[in-house]
Amino acid sequence: MPSQKARQQITKMPETIQAAQEQKRRQKVYEQLVAEKKPKPPYVRNFLAAFVTGGTICLLGQGVLSFFVRRGMDNVAATAPTLTVMILLGIVLTAFGVYDELAEFAGAGAAVPITGFANTIAASAIDFKHEGWVLGMGAKMFIIAGPVIVYGVLSGVFAAFVKLITKL
Amino acid sequence: MAYLIAFLIGGTICGLGQLILDLTTLSPGHVLVMFTVLGALAGGFGIYQPFLKFAGAGALVPVTGFGASIAKGSLLEAQRIGFIGLFTGAFEFTGQGLAVAVFFSAIAAIFFNPRS
Repeated sequence: MPSQKARQQITKMPETIQAAQEQKRRQKVYEQLVAEKKPKPPYVRNFLAAFVTGGTICLLGQGVLSFFVRRGMDNVAATAPTLTVMILLGIVLTAFGVYDELAEFAGAGAAVPITGFANTIAASAIDFKHEGWVLGMGAKMFIIAGPVIVYGVLSGVFAAFVKLITKL
Repeated sequence: MAYLIAFLIGGTICGLGQLILDLTTLSPGHVLVMFTVLGALAGGFGIYQPFLKFAGAGALVPVTGFGASIAKGSLLEAQRIGFIGLFTGAFEFTGQGLAVAVFFSAIAAIFFNPRS
């Protein structure tokens, strides 16, 4: 003889399953509706904005690279100072709020260059300082840049390792 | 000429990133990781170097170049001093930028407030 509680559960079960299915169905209908109503992003406009902005940032970078090469560095050695200058530029523009507006206009055109990478660090540092200097600013500075470094090192070291042992 | 190529190649990489953002549900963070990994793999296997030579900052400044720089540092040091170089070299070209990013972002956080 099942206890009353168990009996309740048994009689209740079909109901909850049905309710769950109903909810799932509604969710699906809702998602379809959202997909239909959501305006398609203006692909061409976005692509062009990203292209021109990203291209211009790389053009600036070329100026920096050429400057260090003219100063007598070879192309490989000039890599580090060029990245550094661009990162610094990204931080300064972020601090004065310029980069946010640029990102609004250009999307990936602002996000993909290394200046955008620097922007994620500086913006996170500024945004999270209200959570404290140690656990806010200190911990969350790399909230977006962290994964980039993690997977960059993981894949970079892996690829270098494979290249090394296949060459030996 | 180098400037034009840097503009065109760098712009194309960023435009591709934008297309990925618009056509998928990936966040900019995902795209950054994806591009860095692609660059790092290409850099480690030696595919990125000819591209860098051709496109200059157009290949270096997008995060693909950041990834490639990690791999290149790793590989060059490993070829010079052996396996430990894989790790000592990882930040050879990027460490300077990272230190600058940490230092000046912290300074920026002291003096600037978020815009609402």
